[in-house]
Order: sequence, then structure tokens, then C-alpha cells
Amino acid sequence: MSWFSAPASETQITHGARLWLYIISGLVMFFLVVPSLIVMPMSFSGSTYLEFPPEVWSTRWYGAYFESKAWMNATKTSLTVAVLTMLLATPMGTLAAYGLHVSRFRFSMYIYVVLSLPLMVPVIMIAIGVFFLYAKLGMINSISGLVLAHSMLAVPLVVVLIASGLKSYDMNQEMVARSLGASRARAFLTITLPQIRFSVITGALLAFLTSLDEVIVALFVSGGENATITRRMFNALRDQIDPTIASISTLLIAVSMLLLITAQVFGKERD
Amino acid sequence: MTAVTQETMSKELNADGLASDETRERWMVLGLCGPALFLIGIVMVVPVAWLFWLSAVGADGTLSMENYERLWQSKSYARIFLTTFQVAFVTTGICMLIGYPLTYMMAQLPRRAANIAMICVLLPFWTSLLVRTYAWLVLLQRKGLVNTWLIDAGIIDTPLRLVHNFTGNIIGMSQIMLPFLILPLYASMRAIDQDFVKAAANLGAGPFNAFWRVFLPLSLPGLFAGMLLVFVLSLGFFVTPVVLGGGRIIMVAMRIEKSISLYSNWGAASALAVVLLIMTLACLAVAAKLLKLDKSQSSSGGTEG
Repeated sequence: MSWFSAPASETQITHGARLWLYIISGLVMFFLVVPSLIVMPMSFSGSTYLEFPPEVWSTRWYGAYFESKAWMNATKTSLTVAVLTMLLATPMGTLAAYGLHVSRFRFSMYIYVVLSLPLMVPVIMIAIGVFFLYAKLGMINSISGLVLAHSMLAVPLVVVLIASGLKSYDMNQEMVARSLGASRARAFLTITLPQIRFSVITGALLAFLTSLDEVIVALFVSGGENATITRRMFNALRDQIDPTIASISTLLIAVSMLLLITAQVFGKERD
Repeated sequence: MTAVTQETMSKELNADGLASDETRERWMVLGLCGPALFLIGIVMVVPVAWLFWLSAVGADGTLSMENYERLWQSKSYARIFLTTFQVAFVTTGICMLIGYPLTYMMAQLPRRAANIAMICVLLPFWTSLLVRTYAWLVLLQRKGLVNTWLIDAGIIDTPLRLVHNFTGNIIGMSQIMLPFLILPLYASMRAIDQDFVKAAANLGAGPFNAFWRVFLPLSLPGLFAGMLLVFVLSLGFFVTPVVLGGGRIIMVAMRIEKSISLYSNWGAASALAVVLLIMTLACLAVAAKLLKLDKSQSSSGGTEG
């Protein structure tokens, strides 16, 4: 009772008087998280269609996924591309953010804008552009083409993250190391990098996830043997609701959660 | 006397040398941007520039504006643009209406509790777009969970058509876009100096007045920036309208895809893409201006408070 009449904010409004705000907020949070979470139990349904809660629990749709050669191939492609994208985009983005941060030219702002272009241009335009380029170069349906395109999409995210990490880092530490005889590369690797590792790791995870979840570019430039899992899922969704997709979705959500938790844990460590 | 001038001169000379050394080094460090710029240049800027060129070339291979004229004259394109703007407006409106109260509450929670609430925002943000779209498809279909619940609760007798139409597309897109509104709005609300609200209350403003006349105006730049972001992303949306719209909703991005994969009509597709790009960049420019305004406002507020 006392909580209801206690002031809730600086304006002396009571918790009771703005109960509606809490209810709306709760409903919106429900709206945000429930759709993805509800797919998880449904994927363990034992029947031929999805139900909640499942009457018979089973892992048959996981079996269907793991036994399908096409899905396994697609998974292999997606994971390969995502790992390679992470390995390519993270160092590229880190170097670029470091270069911009240290050099501090007046025109650095414009380079920053160019580096974030892939975030601004509509993905569909990037996708048909890449398709056009790869068609000329004969790179359609190739792993390397997909890795380059996904890295291009992921680099801006890495740059933004590392740039914000560098902002709260004291560059003088690197100066000290260099005045004591360390080369710039050595000073960066042994002094700066360990201290911005949170941003680097988050950037790498985000690059991985960007590639793994990317649909539109993959729709245009991946196919045949090298179709990605998202491309296959998208095509399957157009036709019918295949419960196998629920099991794959659950696995993808699990990967996202795992990466989010990893990022959070490293974030805690920083404090 | 001469010794002194010599000394200062040599110092100056030395300073020149150091300055040029420093500039050279800054240029070398800037070179670290090279690989990333090269990648973005080759894989994105060149192809997009190419699309600009293709959009300005007519069927006979000469420079012409016919691709754009067709966009302007054809009724079917007008309908596509109308649908696209309708979807973007409604999605933005819904995101604003349901995102503002949640963000407002989150901004007043203690940090720890706010971080937990933030997980509810970040979880969908990190979840694959395709997975979330699929989840909505499962929830909203004829025999889906939402219809089953509504019938069990006695609210409706026959299942509603919730998917493969405008409604389904809007429900899905609102949920997918909501984090893009909440994240910038939350940052800007946290930057508002609570002393302003306290002062308003002190001077006799009731809770409603303190919110309406003090807090709300201060949060508007962040809100508009978030809304513009949602609007821009909605304009170019592809995956969700294809799956949840079920062919009844045709947006610009879907038309572009169709022009390429079905008709291989590069002129039409690239003209559409260029128009989409220009609309997007215009919105982003406005959003950037608003955020800058927000920053200068909150920093000046800080010194006054």
C-alpha cells in the first residue's frame, strides 16, 4: 500500500498514479521478447505442425535438420562465411578506427562518413550493386565473394565500436611506451589493444552475427552449393511453414543469446 | 645577442622539423584506414556509382531520363511508393506510441534495473531478423497462437486474418524496428538533467505539467532522431514485407528485387534504388542535425544547471 502512495519521481507523482505506465511498459517488453522466445518451446513439438505448448515433446525437427544434407551444407557455408568475415572485418575495422583516432586530420570526419556508408545506403541497393559487380567478375555463388560483401557490411559496425572504445582510452599510455623505445606497432599491440579488447571482442561478435544473419545480399550472390542458411530459410518461408525452420530458428536465437551474454560478461570485466 | 637569436632560430628550425615529422607520421597512421576504405570502395561505392550510371541510361544506350520519367508517370510505381510510405509512417507511429512510455520508464529506473530492462530491448536487436519474422508468421497465422488465445478467451469466434496482409506486416515490422527507436531515445533521455524536472516541481508544476512542459520538449530531439531512423529503415525494408505481407504488400525494395531477378531490368531497378537512396540520405541528414542539436542542448543545460 505504501509503495502505491510513495513518490515515484522528481515530480512527486506516486507509483499508484502512474501504474498504467508500468503496465504499458510491461506489455511492450512482452511484445519485444515473446515472439522469439515462444518459437523455442514450439520447436520441440512432436507433431507435424507447430503447437504451443507442444502436446508431445520430441526433437524430431532437430533430427530433420541435422539429417538433411541441404541444411547441413547451408550451415557449413554460413558458418565458414561468418568466421571469415569476422577474421577479415575485425582487423580492418580496428586499424581504420585507430588510424582515424590517432591521425586527427580535419578531413577525418569525411573518411568516417565514407566508412559508415554501408550503414546508410539501403541494403537492397548494396545487394543489387554487389550482384552486378560479381556478375562481371564471375564471383556469383562463391564463398570469397560473400565474405567480401559481408565484411563490407560489418566493417562500419566494428569501426563505430572501436572508435567509442578508443574515446575512453588514454592515448598517453601509448606515448609513454613509445618514448621508452617501443615501436608504434608494439605499443599498440601490447598497451592499447589489451585495454580496448572489450570493443574489439564486441566488434568481432557483431561482425560474426551480421554475416550469419544477413539475408538480402546472400539472396542475390549466394546459391547452388554455397547457398547460406538464411537464404534457404527465406525461400522455405515463402512457400510453407516447415517446422524444421523452428528448430533452426531456436539454434540461431541460442547463438545470438550466447554472443550477447559473452559481450555483457566482457563488458562487466571492463568496469 | 646573436647567440640568443641563433638559439631561438635553431629551436624554430627544430620545431619545423618536428612538425613535418609529425605530419608525415599522421599521414602514415591515416594509411591504416586504407584496407577498409579499399574494401568499401570496391565492393560498395563503385557498384552503387555504377547503378547511378545505369539509371541514367535509356533502352537505346544513350543518356536519358526515361527510367525516372517512367517512375513518375506509371500508376503502378505511384502505388508502390504510396504503400511504402504508408507502411513506414504507420510503423514509425506505432513505434513512437509504444516505445516512448517504455523508454521513459527505463530512463527513470536505477541503472541496474535499467540494464536488465535493456536486455529485453537488446535480445530482439541481436536476434536474426529472419527468425523474428518467422516467429510472427507462426504466431499470427490462421491457426496460430494469437488466434487460438483470442478464441479461447471468447473475444472472437472466427480466426482473424492477421498475416499475409497490411496488419501482419505492421505488427512484425513494429517489433523489429522498436529497438532502433528505443536506443537513441534512451541515450538522450538519460542525458536530460533531472534538476530541470525537480525545479519545475519546486516552482509548483504538477506531475503532468512537469512532464509535458519540461521533460517532453527536452526529449523531443532524441525522439525525432529515433523516429527518423525507424522511418528510413522501414522505407528500405524487404524481408518482413515479403514474408508477412504475403504478396499483398509491395514495397520499393521488393519491386527492385523483382525488376532484377524476374525482368533483369537494370535501368528501372537502379532508378528506383537511386530514389530510395536519396530519400534515405535526406532523412538521415535531418536526423543527424537533430542529434547534434540535442547534444549542444544537453551540454549547455549541464553548464547552466
